[in-house]
Amino acid sequence: MATFKDFRNNIKPNWCPGCGDFSVQAAIQRAAANVGLEPHELVVVSGIGCSGRISGYINSYGFHGVHGRALPIAQGVKMANRDLTVIAAGGDGDGFAIGMGHTIHAIRRNIDITYIVMDNQIYGLTKGQTSPRSEVGFKTKSTPQGSVEPALSIMEMALTAGATFVAQSFSSDLKELTQLIEEGMKHKGFSLINVFSPCVTYNKVNTYDWFKDNLTSLSSIEGYDPSDREMAMQTLMKHKGLVTGLIYQNKERKSYQDLVPGYSEKPLTEADLTISKEKFDQLVAEFM
Amino acid sequence: MISQLSWKVGGQQGEGIESTGEIFSIALNRLGYYLYGYRHFSSRIKGGHTNNKIRVSTTQVRSIADDLDILVAFDQETIDFNFHELRQGGIVIADAKFNPTIPDESRATLYAVPFTDIATELGTALMKNMVAVGASSAVLGLDISVYEGVVQEIFGRKGEQVVAKNMEAIRAGAQFMREQLGDNIQLMQLEKADGKKRMFMIGNDAIALGALAGGARFMAAYPITPASEIMEYLIKKLPQFGGTVIQTEDEIAACTMAIGANYAGVRTLTASAGPGLSLMMEAIGLAGITETPIVIVDTQRGGPSTGLPTKQEQSDLMAMIYGTHGEIPKVVIAPSTVQEAFYDMVEAFNIAEEYQCPVIVLTDLQLSLGKQTVEPLEYDKIEIRRGKLVTGELPEIPDKGCFKRYEVTEDGVSPRVLPGMKNGIHHVTGVEHDETGRPSEVAANRIAQMDKRLRKLKHIQFPTPVHTHVKHEEADVLIVGFNSTRGAIEEAMERLERDGIKVNHAHIRLIHPFPTEEMLPLVQSAKKVVVVENNATGQLANILKMNVGHAEKVFNVLKYDGNPFLPHEVYTKCKELF
Repeated sequence: MATFKDFRNNIKPNWCPGCGDFSVQAAIQRAAANVGLEPHELVVVSGIGCSGRISGYINSYGFHGVHGRALPIAQGVKMANRDLTVIAAGGDGDGFAIGMGHTIHAIRRNIDITYIVMDNQIYGLTKGQTSPRSEVGFKTKSTPQGSVEPALSIMEMALTAGATFVAQSFSSDLKELTQLIEEGMKHKGFSLINVFSPCVTYNKVNTYDWFKDNLTSLSSIEGYDPSDREMAMQTLMKHKGLVTGLIYQNKERKSYQDLVPGYSEKPLTEADLTISKEKFDQLVAEFM
Repeated sequence: MISQLSWKVGGQQGEGIESTGEIFSIALNRLGYYLYGYRHFSSRIKGGHTNNKIRVSTTQVRSIADDLDILVAFDQETIDFNFHELRQGGIVIADAKFNPTIPDESRATLYAVPFTDIATELGTALMKNMVAVGASSAVLGLDISVYEGVVQEIFGRKGEQVVAKNMEAIRAGAQFMREQLGDNIQLMQLEKADGKKRMFMIGNDAIALGALAGGARFMAAYPITPASEIMEYLIKKLPQFGGTVIQTEDEIAACTMAIGANYAGVRTLTASAGPGLSLMMEAIGLAGITETPIVIVDTQRGGPSTGLPTKQEQSDLMAMIYGTHGEIPKVVIAPSTVQEAFYDMVEAFNIAEEYQCPVIVLTDLQLSLGKQTVEPLEYDKIEIRRGKLVTGELPEIPDKGCFKRYEVTEDGVSPRVLPGMKNGIHHVTGVEHDETGRPSEVAANRIAQMDKRLRKLKHIQFPTPVHTHVKHEEADVLIVGFNSTRGAIEEAMERLERDGIKVNHAHIRLIHPFPTEEMLPLVQSAKKVVVVENNATGQLANILKMNVGHAEKVFNVLKYDGNPFLPHEVYTKCKELF
C-alpha cells in the first residue's frame, strides 16, 4: 500500500517560503494515501496561478490547464474514466472570478470529483491585485483606494447552488484539512473544500494570525449538524463565512454518473470503439 | 415528363411549414428521387417568413436550383417574397383562405386551393399542410399510397383515426388539385424514379453518425445554430454505447471538458459555430501544446459576432486555421458533401489521435442543415487508428522519474499513455515543458519541443485532400471552392463547358495543412483561377495565393448576403472574366 511519501515527487515548489499551499500539497498527499490510492490512480487537475502549480508537485497524474478551467477539464477526465480519483485544485481567482461559471455548474452537476480551492483573498502570481474574496476596503495594486466590491460569500453560494459536500479549512490545521479532503474524496458527488491559505507576500491583512483570531471551528458549536442545510446557512451567515470543518453534506443525492441514463458502469475508456455491422445498418436505416 | 424540378413551401414560422416539406420530401425519397433541401428561417420560434426549397431529381443533385417550378404558399407574404424565383410557366398553389394574388399572371399560374377549409371539414385546420402535400403530389403525378407508410410513422402513436384523417387530407388535396389542373396535369409530371432506398439526411446527421462510427463515446457541447443537431442526435444514441453528452454551461467548458476526456482516453468531440469557436480558442491552444487529441466541429454561419445566425457564410476559415494565440499543430478538414462529412469525422478522430493535436471539421450552414440524398455509406471504410497509444505494461521508472510523454522523436509524435496506467505518470501543462511534461524555459528545450510539435504535420496522410474534377490538361479556368459550394460550381462548370470554356474544378477538403502539392499543378495549368466563397474578403483565395503563388491570375467570386450560391451566379461571374 502506498504511503504519503509515494505521492511526493522530486520537484521543488516555486511557492514563497511560508505559503499556505505547502500544507495543502501535504494534505492531498496524506489524504490520497489514507484512502488507499496508488499514485497512478489519482489525477490532479489544476488551474493557473501560484496554487495552480500544485498538480506538478504531487506524484500522480497531473494536468495543469488554462486559467479558470480546472473544473471542466477535471469533469471530463472523470466522465472518461470513472475509476480514477480526480481532484481539481486552484486559487480563489481561478475558481471564483474567471472560473465562477464552471464552479457553480460543477456544484449543481455533482460529478464525483473533489475541488480544493486555495483561498488567499488576493492575486499572488500577478503580484498583488484584488480578488473576488477580498473584503471591502482591501488595498491592492488594482484597488489603491481600497476595494469597493464586497467579497463573495462562497460557502453560502455553494449551498444555494445545490452543493452536496461543502467544507472549509485552514492550511495551518493539517490534520483537519487532511481529514476533510479524505471525506471529500469518499463523498459520492462533487465536494468543495475551500482552504484559507495565506499569501505571506501580498496579503498583509488576512495573515495566519488574522485567521487564528477570526475562524470558528464547527466542532466547537454544540449540536452542529452538517446534514442540516438551513443550520449550515444560518451558521455561515452568523460567522460571516469564517468557519472551519464540514459545513454541509447530503449523502442521499446520487452523483451525476449514477443518475445519467445509459452511462456505462465500467470506465468509458474501456468502451468498444467499433460499431457492429448490424448496429450500423440499423442506424443508417433510420435515415431512409 | 420532366426529370427534375424545384418546389418551395413558405409561410409563417411555427405554422407547419417545416412538416409540409418534411413529409413531402420523405415520400419523394421513398420513391427513389434524389433530393436537395434548403431552409430559409429566422432566429425566432414563431412568426416571420420561413420557407423550405426542395429540388427533386432522378439523378444526384448537390445544389439549390436557380429557379422554382412550384411555389406552395400559406400566406401572401410567401408569394410576394418568392415570386421572382418562379420560372416562366411555373405554378403557385396557395391557400384560398387568404385570397391570394400573384403580381404577374403571364409568368405563372395561380391555383387557389382551400387548404384550410378542406382540413377543417375533415376535422382540424392543423391538417392544412397535408392538403398542401396532396396537392403538390398531384402536380408531380405521385402515387399517393407512398404516404401511407410516412403518415403511419409520424402519427401512428396518436392512433389510427389520426392516421386515417391525415391520409384523407392528402387524398382530398390531391383530388382537388387534379380537378383544378384539368389538361394541364401533364405539365409537371415527374419521370418515375428507381425506387431505391437511399439515406436522406442533413450534414449534421452525418457528422454525428460519423462521430459515433469513428469511436466517439462522449461529447460536451453548448447549443447553437447551426450545430445543435449534432449533440441532439448523440444525446439519443450515445447511451446505447455506454456514452453520454453533457450540455455544458458555455463553449469554454465544452472544449475544456472534451480536452479532459480525450486526455483520459475517450474519443470526445465538441461542436459549435463561430461564436462558440471564438470562446474555445484558448482551449484549442491548450490541446495543441499538451498534444491532446480533440475533434471540434465548426458549422459556419454568418458572422461576425452574432452576425446572421441562421444564414449561410464561410467566413471562419482564417480563424480556424490561425485561431488561438501562439503556434500549434492543427488540422482543418472541410467536407463538401454529406457523405464526406461522415467519412471525414471518422478520419478526424484517427488523425487527432495519430498526430495528437486538435482537428477542426469545418462545415457551413448549407452543408450542416441542407437535407440531401446520400449514396450508401460503406461500413467497411470505417477504420479506427489510435496512433502511438501505449497499451500493456510499462517498465518501472526508477527514482520517481516520469514517463517521457513528450519525447522528441523523428516524426514528432511521442508515445501516449493514459492516466490510470501504472508507471506512466507524467505531467501535462499548457506551460512550455520538457520531455516529461515538467515546465521548462530553457531555450534549447523550447526549440526542441516547438519543432517536435510542428513537425507532426509535415507528412500528414489524408485521403483525397483535394476533390478534383480535371478534364483538361490546360484549362481556361480553374474553379476553386470548399464546403457546400461544390454543387453550384459543378453545375456552373457544365454550363461553361457548353459555352466552349475549358474548366477544371478543385474543391479543397484538407484546408490545413494546405495541400500545396496537389493545388500547384492545377493552378499552373490554368489561365485563370476563380475562387468561389461565401465571404467578403476572399479568405480561401488569400490562402491559395499564400501557398501556391500566382496571385496575378487569381480572381474572387464572393457572396456574403447570407444566401448560398446558385449555379447561375457562379456561371455568370466566371463568364464575365472572358
